[in-house]
Amino acid sequence: MAAPKKGRRQSAPGKPGRALVFILIALVALTGGMFLSGHTTPRLGIDLAGGTSITLEARNEPGQKNAINPTNMNTAVDIINNRVNGLGVSEAEVQTQGDRNIIVNIPKGTNEKQARDQVGTTAQLYFRPVITQAPGEPTPSDTPSSGTDKEKDKDKSTDKDKATDKATDKPTDKDAANSPSSSASPQGRAVSEALKADPTPSGKAKDGEDGKKKDETPAPDPATAKLQEQFTKLDCTDKKARAAAGKGVKPSEPTIACGKSPDGKTWDKFILAPAEVNGKDVDEAKATINQQTGAWVVNMEFTKGGSKKFAATTGKLSQQQPPQNQFAIVLDGEVVSAPSVNTTLNSNAEISGSFTQDSAKDLANVLSYGALPLTFHEQSVTTVSPALGGEQLEAGLIAGAIGLALVVIYLVVYYRGLSLIAIASLLVSAALTYTIMTLLGPTIHFALNLPAVCGAIVAIGITADSFIVFFERVRDEVREGRTLRPAVERAWPRARRTILVSDFVSFLAAAVLFVVTVGKVQGFAFTLGLTTLLDVVVVFFFTKPLMTLMARKKFFASGHPWSGFDPKRLGIKPPIRRSRRAPGSSVGPVDPKEA
Amino acid sequence: MSKLGNLGARLYRGEVGYDFVGKRKIWYAVSILITITAILGLAVRGLNMGIEFEGGAVFNTPKTSVSVAQAEESAEKASGHDAIVQKLGDDAMRIQIAGVDIDKSDRIKAALAKDLDVKAADINADLVGPSWGEQIANKAWQGLAIFMVLVVIYLAIAFEWRMALAALIALIHDITITVGVYALVGFEVTPGTVIGLLTILGYSLYDTVVVFDSLKEQSKDLTKQTRFTYSEVANRSINGTLVRSINTTVVALLPVAGLLFIGGGVLGAGMLNDISLSLFVGLAAGAYSSIFIATPLVADFKEREPQLKALKKRVLAKRASAAARGNVVEDGDFRGEDEPRGSVPDEDATPAVVGPRAQPASRSRGKGRPSGKRR
Repeated sequence: MAAPKKGRRQSAPGKPGRALVFILIALVALTGGMFLSGHTTPRLGIDLAGGTSITLEARNEPGQKNAINPTNMNTAVDIINNRVNGLGVSEAEVQTQGDRNIIVNIPKGTNEKQARDQVGTTAQLYFRPVITQAPGEPTPSDTPSSGTDKEKDKDKSTDKDKATDKATDKPTDKDAANSPSSSASPQGRAVSEALKADPTPSGKAKDGEDGKKKDETPAPDPATAKLQEQFTKLDCTDKKARAAAGKGVKPSEPTIACGKSPDGKTWDKFILAPAEVNGKDVDEAKATINQQTGAWVVNMEFTKGGSKKFAATTGKLSQQQPPQNQFAIVLDGEVVSAPSVNTTLNSNAEISGSFTQDSAKDLANVLSYGALPLTFHEQSVTTVSPALGGEQLEAGLIAGAIGLALVVIYLVVYYRGLSLIAIASLLVSAALTYTIMTLLGPTIHFALNLPAVCGAIVAIGITADSFIVFFERVRDEVREGRTLRPAVERAWPRARRTILVSDFVSFLAAAVLFVVTVGKVQGFAFTLGLTTLLDVVVVFFFTKPLMTLMARKKFFASGHPWSGFDPKRLGIKPPIRRSRRAPGSSVGPVDPKEA
Repeated sequence: MSKLGNLGARLYRGEVGYDFVGKRKIWYAVSILITITAILGLAVRGLNMGIEFEGGAVFNTPKTSVSVAQAEESAEKASGHDAIVQKLGDDAMRIQIAGVDIDKSDRIKAALAKDLDVKAADINADLVGPSWGEQIANKAWQGLAIFMVLVVIYLAIAFEWRMALAALIALIHDITITVGVYALVGFEVTPGTVIGLLTILGYSLYDTVVVFDSLKEQSKDLTKQTRFTYSEVANRSINGTLVRSINTTVVALLPVAGLLFIGGGVLGAGMLNDISLSLFVGLAAGAYSSIFIATPLVADFKEREPQLKALKKRVLAKRASAAARGNVVEDGDFRGEDEPRGSVPDEDATPAVVGPRAQPASRSRGKGRPSGKRR
């Protein structure tokens, strides 16, 4: 917990140069990266930079009379908040307005389109067996084509059942999968599951019944015929028709739907059986890279109950002939993928398709955080000005600069020459903090709000504490009558322990808060953790080596009045010639340290 | 300044020093008084929660030429609460005000309409929910609770449970005082305030740990000597790290003071004030409590241990007999120069650590060291 007990000269005083070079390289690399990425200032939060404000309005769907209530609205706020602010550092704000609106504020510099997509998606995910599949233009005859099994290689997505519950059966076929898997369907995505079901199926129930087609037994009743007719007419190339397909059908009824074909250019259409598994059965979804294909996929884990249902369904399906051995994963009414199944699958499923890293992450995000209890539509999108105005940030920075200048003056007066080391260390700290925060903007959407700016200013004071602890130790050693170089080497292990123990406490706070909390608190925890880590890095790789170097300089070693080691100022009493000094005199506030 | 350096040296050698531990009762009393005031302030005045926590009213105005700052001012004048004003894309305004209910909103609407030069009928008022919703608040509490438990465990392992307990008391003391100041001053509590409080939490512990670290070092092998009591050693370790504590506090407080007095003073109320006030009060309380509260508390707890009680008896007895023999009395606060005081007494020939013995640096070294004059 405390500092590792390493040899006292662990940081060999002979090689301070190395660490300094390391820090310098890091600084140059970070700065270079900053300019290369084209972002030279940190992203600022809404309060400082403004951004985009999206107003969503909850829609009353027929059949869910009282769905718009405060409870559902608050649930929706939490879910949307998780979606737009998954990591907690992007400073997006979500709040209700009135009784049916939700305002989402997203800071400037966010990918607005992506955010809008995420915000509005209801994420109702269902898993429905495929009854019929055809290319997406209106079919002249009603021969449900058996879904063009173009087994392109890239679609061979396999459902890798994670080792955890490896399904035993070996895939019987073409699928190169190591695991039970669904062979790629024409949709080319692997099986997976699904959706966070909406408690309230959205609903204008059109023609719902349990029509099953083809070899499924129930005689075609009128409804099925009607569905077939709709299916025949369905033109998936038409956006309106796509959106209307299957709208308002309950999950417990068969439906028609569109989905992109595996090549991602054309559309397929489907008749789908009632949903067997839904989004509520999904425990967690992650975007990962499929080891075999190297493509981005979304991997889902089912809950206990979900696994059971999923296994039962896939067991049934694997007995069927194509295209009825396929499972369509339907997200908000559109088929995301329709992998075929050749064996029983259990608790894991994978959705593959033409995902990019971002789209896979978005989908995983949406699946993990659940379906909105309400259907929303975007009422307005507008830019908003900073809530605080530039003058607050400016004043903050000016005040911070004045404060820092005072700190510098104080250090110079008190530590004289030593303050050069402190100031240089502070500068390195500040530069590292600035570049890292800037780089985190584009990478994890890190945004700085005013509290974080203030926090960073305070963190500088806390960083300075590490130097002060170290300097005071060195001076204590010098007071013992040691010369500077041994004093530095002796003081370091003790100072190091103090610095590590106390920084560990800060870091613990940051880590716990980051893991447990959400929203602004998480953003704060991130900043605190970052500055604490940098504090340790700077002290170890910059302050200490620099001190070692300085100790070799005559100016310091000789105790020049301006060096900060002036014996007079330190009140050093040279040891009086005595055979034995009274014990204790060499033991200041501290015992000699273990080596 | 050279005086300061000298003072540092003398503090270090224990020639001067304030008896923090001996006078602890006074400081406990001071702290209890402040804490009670803070709790009373909380109970009587309560906290003025901002719109982010409470929700409030939102006024959407049509296009207006008034600046954000002016609108903010008039909204605050009309409502008596802090307002968040944002300009929307089409020069319309969104004004959010905490603590406003529907009855009051008409009056504010009218006032706003006059100030912004728009028709009152064109301003639509609505209620907004908190952006810092219950989920965020609950998780924050949860995180705090987990952190407290972990930090107590950590300190109990790294130091000992008594220190962990003392650090926790000091922490609660700091937070209470800071929150109390908020209640008394009546500033609105915003997310900025909460962030400030969390910063203090880390800092307060950090500062306490630095002092404890030195105390732990000094109190090694304490029972093997009969010169000093635990309280005296604790006091010395405070004095020994006093220079560092003062310097650190100055360095941490200066920028915050800059934010509070310069930033806040120039701009009047605002987010900066919220944050920097909580930081300023909290940092000051944190520095104070690690010296005046936490360490004396540890001494109090420790002196209840039988072995340390016995030590205290021995020490006092020895002093009494020495006094009786007419020897130089060594009291806890003053030492003759050639009887420097340390935690390693004569009886204790070697400290129980491997490593360099505490011996004077060889005098053949130190070339170029000026022959220090005696003061």
